[in-house]
Formats: sequence, C-alpha cells, structure tokens
Amino acid sequence: MIEVRNLSKHFRDKKRGEIRAVDDISFRCMPGQIYGLLGANGAGKTTTLRMLATIFEPTSGTAVICGHDVVDHPDKVRANVGFLSTATALYPRLTARELVQYFGRLNGLPDSMLKQRVEKIFDRLDMNGFRDRRCDKLSTGMKQKTSIARTLVHDPAVMIFDEPTLGLDIMTARTITAFIRECRDLGKTVIFSTHIMSEVEKLCDIIGIIQNGKLLAEGSIEQLRATYGERDLEEIFVKVVAPHYVPAEDH
Amino acid sequence: MSLRNIGIVYRKELTEALRDRRTMISSILIPLFLFPVLTVGIGYAFVEVADQASREPSKIIILGGADSPDVVQRLKQAKNLRVLPALPGYVDLISNKRIRSAVELPPGFQADVESGAHPEVKIYIFSGDLKSTLSASRIEKLLIEYRDATVRERLLAHNIPESLMRPFAVSQQNVVSADRVAGESYGGLITYLVILMCMTGAMYPAMDLTAGEKERGTMETILSSPIERTHLVFGKFFVVLTASLATATLSVLSMAGSFAVLSRFGRGQGIGEDFPILTMHAQTALAVFVMALPVAVLFSAVLMTISLFAKTFKEAQSYLTPMTFLVIVPAIAAVLPGIELTTKLALVPILNVSLLCKELVTGTYHWNFIVLIFACTCVYAGFALFLAVKMFQRESVLFST
Repeated sequence: MIEVRNLSKHFRDKKRGEIRAVDDISFRCMPGQIYGLLGANGAGKTTTLRMLATIFEPTSGTAVICGHDVVDHPDKVRANVGFLSTATALYPRLTARELVQYFGRLNGLPDSMLKQRVEKIFDRLDMNGFRDRRCDKLSTGMKQKTSIARTLVHDPAVMIFDEPTLGLDIMTARTITAFIRECRDLGKTVIFSTHIMSEVEKLCDIIGIIQNGKLLAEGSIEQLRATYGERDLEEIFVKVVAPHYVPAEDH
Repeated sequence: MSLRNIGIVYRKELTEALRDRRTMISSILIPLFLFPVLTVGIGYAFVEVADQASREPSKIIILGGADSPDVVQRLKQAKNLRVLPALPGYVDLISNKRIRSAVELPPGFQADVESGAHPEVKIYIFSGDLKSTLSASRIEKLLIEYRDATVRERLLAHNIPESLMRPFAVSQQNVVSADRVAGESYGGLITYLVILMCMTGAMYPAMDLTAGEKERGTMETILSSPIERTHLVFGKFFVVLTASLATATLSVLSMAGSFAVLSRFGRGQGIGEDFPILTMHAQTALAVFVMALPVAVLFSAVLMTISLFAKTFKEAQSYLTPMTFLVIVPAIAAVLPGIELTTKLALVPILNVSLLCKELVTGTYHWNFIVLIFACTCVYAGFALFLAVKMFQRESVLFST
C-alpha cells in the first residue's frame, strides 16, 4: 500500500526563488489498484514519484509504503519498490542478464534464488534470445523488457512508473501497458504518471489530476465524469486544470 | 558499512570499466607504451645524434694564423677537425651552420708565445648548438695540448721538473653506490611519473562513474535500488583507486624496463659509459607504492567529487583539466634541484610526497618525514573521500536541480 501524507517538495532557484514542485499532496493507493497521476509537463508528477522512490527527500510531509516511512527508512522502502521511468536507463556495457543479476544482488537476493528468478523472468518476458547481448546493442523493445526485468527481479509489492511509455513506439508502449496491468492482477500496488489520456482511461482504477504541484481532483473515472459533467477525460482534465494552469518548467 | 554491497558495486563497475575502450587506453595502454616510446625512442635518437656528432669531423675556419704555421699545422692535422679555406663573414657561416666554429689567431701569435707575451686565442661558436660546442672543445683541447707542450719544453730547457707547475693534484671520488647515483639521477623523474600517473589513471574512470552515469541516465536507475549511497560511493571510489594505482604501477614498471633497455643499448654502442643504470630494490618500490597510496586516494576522491558536479562527460573534462596543472606544478617543483624536504613543505599536498619519494628512491629514509607526510596525506585523502560521500547525498548535485 502507498499512503501519501501532506507531501511537499520545494526547490530553490537563483532566478525564480523558491519553487513548490509538489505542494502538500495526500492520496492513497491500495494493493491490486492502479493509481494514475495525470498532469501536464512540470505539474509535479516526476518529483512526487521520485519522492516515493526515495530518490528525493521530501521538504515536508511523508509517505508510507508497505509500512515503511520514506523519510525514516528509505532503504526499506526501496527494497519494496520497483521504479521504472524513461530516465532509468540501462548500463550500456553490461549484458541484459548481468544487469538484472546486478540489481537482484543489490536487493540482497542470494545467488541460488537470484538464478531461479532471472530464469523465470527471462522466460516470461521472452528475453532468452538476447540475454547475453550488451545493453547498448539492444533494440528499444529489448531495452524496455530488460528494464521491466530489472524492476521485477526482487518481486516488489509496489510498482512506480514515471511516464513509462514516453517516446516509445506503439508496440513497445503496449508491452509496457500490458505489464502494468499484469502487476495489478498480481496484487501489486501500482502508481504511474502520464499525460496520455487514453492510457489512464484504459488502466487506472483511481486518477489524480495534478497541476502546479497540487492535487486538484481525485477519483475513479466514473466519479470524475459525474463530478465534472463530462464524458471525455481530456475535457475533464482541461476543466480541472485550466483555472490553475501556468506553464511551468520541468524540474 | 556493508562490504558485500560495496563489493557488488565494485565488481560491476570494474567489469564495465574493463569493457570500455577509453578506460583501457588511458589506464593500461598509455602507461605501458608511452614511456617505452618516449624514453627508448627519444633516447635512441639522442644517442644517434651524439654518436654521429662524435664521429663527424667539425668544419672550422682559421682567422689569421699566416705567421703561426705550427699551430695552423696542428689544427689541420687533427683528425676530428676539418679546416676549410678562410671565407669572409664567419658570423653568418656559424649562424647558418655552414661551419661549426672559427678560431682566431692574433697577428704574431706564434712569435708572441715564444717570447712569453701571453697572446689570446678566440673561438667563435654558436652557443647551445651541440656540434658547435663540440668543435670548440676539440679546438680548445688541441690548443691546451700545444700550450702544455710549450710549457714542458721551456721547463726542460731550464732543467726544471714539470711537477713544479703542478705542486698538487685534485680529483673527485664518488663515495655512494651506483644505485644511489641512479636514484639521484632518476628519483625525481620516477616520483613525478608516479604522481602524474596516479592522477591520469584516476581521471577517466572518475568522470565515467559520475558525470558519465548522469549523462547515460543510469544515475536514477541505481539510486532507485536499495543500496545506500555511501556504499555506492565506496564501490565506485575503489574502482577509480584501482585504475589510479594500476596506471601508476604499470608506468613505473614500463619506465624501469625502458631505462634498462636504453642503458644497455647505450653501452652496446660504446656511448654513455657514465649512464647510470636504474635499479629499484623491492623495498624501495614498496615504500614508494605505500606513499603513493594516500595520494591515489586523494586524487580518486577529489576527481570523483569534482566530476559529480558536471552533467556530462565533456563538462567534467573541462572541470578537471585545470586540476592537471595543480598537480603538475608541485610535482615538477620536487624534481627541481635544490628543493629539499622541510617541515613546512611536508604539509603541502603532492609536493610533500614528491619530495619524500625522491628521497626514498635514493635510499634515504627520514622516518619523521615519512610518518608526518603519510599521516597528513591520509587526512587530506580522508577529507576528500568524506566530501565525495556528502556530495553523493545532495540532490542538487546528483540531479543538478
């Protein structure tokens, strides 16, 4: 489970002064659910997810993931989280297998268990054809599969996806969305950020609309439709965001 | 502190480094082949030039001398001199290297010598030109022989023993071993090499493991894993240190081999009999290595910390280039003759180890300086490492926010 409590992140910029990238947001996501964080560029999605993955430390507030506080026990949180984004690249000089094994070891898996898990994941993702190929020689689709294998190797209870399909072709993007759905079906707690409405409609159980670091609306797609009197999610998004919209730089 | 986690990061980073062509070139190939090429190549060229110059008769002209046939005859008969017919404009001839020198005999030189009037012979040369100075020394030697012969004849004519002119003799005698002579000759150079190579070896991996990781987008990947950032820094740091020490060790071994080949070659040619052979005992090599260890730690940590501020590999390169000068200046200062260890200099990083290693290579062990320098370099290195760990915990540095 993910429970976000009054989470804030402020950055200091020489020209613009203090920037509130995330401003006092709270939400909750249960196991077997997909929580979609929907927002424009610079809305605060990535910063929120980086705090949940403990890559950033919150300025105030906190989040509890699988019973561990992100501020007090970041290492325990990371052991329960699989984090995937377009910014999480692969080590180019390692093979797909070496890379997955490396992250398995960092997650404390003993060698015997690691071997079994790697075999299982590689079979499931159909990766055996390129398991010993260096990551810099892999196609985009192969790289995405390797990234997925990396996030799965320690079998985390929580999956965090930060715009995972950004810049990918339709076939590779479908692999990712299928994987996200599979994670939910396996009972994992899933949170993912995007600005692609169709992905949200297809995947999410709960949608949070974020702008200028604030969570402006939250609910299932049906709840949002009822609240804002619109059928189309894009229209709902515009209705929610437009009064607050200030073009922001991506942090 | 989890040694297991540090070990996991170390093995992975080392695997990647060994698969990286640029790291292999900077850490292994350059130290292995650069010095043999430089020392043997340049040494060979120098020996060849010196050898050729020593065999080739020097072209000279004689200015005046029509009334001094004996001296002119001696100069013309000398096998290592070739007297050309007198030409006008000797300055231009020497400047253009058409002749190597000109010897000017004053009018009535021979008669003046016989009458005891103390005339002066001038030799015009191109200072700094090897062949010109060689020709001058040949002429000078011949004239001194002529002068000595004249003195001997005069003393003999008056039945005076030759020893009257030289009541005592002066000679120099080397009292230290050949090893120490070689150490004194090459000690500074070895030290300079070790210090420079410690830095050169650390530079590329330090940039690759920090700025390179940011540029490739793998920093976020590794930070999302459960490993503590301290363990991550130490794992990376040990790889940079390994590269630094490997480069320094390979450089010294390669240089020692090169010198051995060069000195043997020189002797084989019958040239450079005074060329001291570089030999380094295991004890001295170990001492130099032990003293270089904290320097390598210092370089590895400092280079990693600075590189971490860069977003790209190129940016890191522009930050680290000035570092090279900061290191080279004290390392060169230690090579200069006359600079010796004092308590104050023992506190100056890099210069202190350079001066100490120079002493160690000559077999001198000042234990008070050894302890002081090792301790203070360890303190500097520890501080640099602490700084690297702190920087790895700052989001603004890792993500340039």
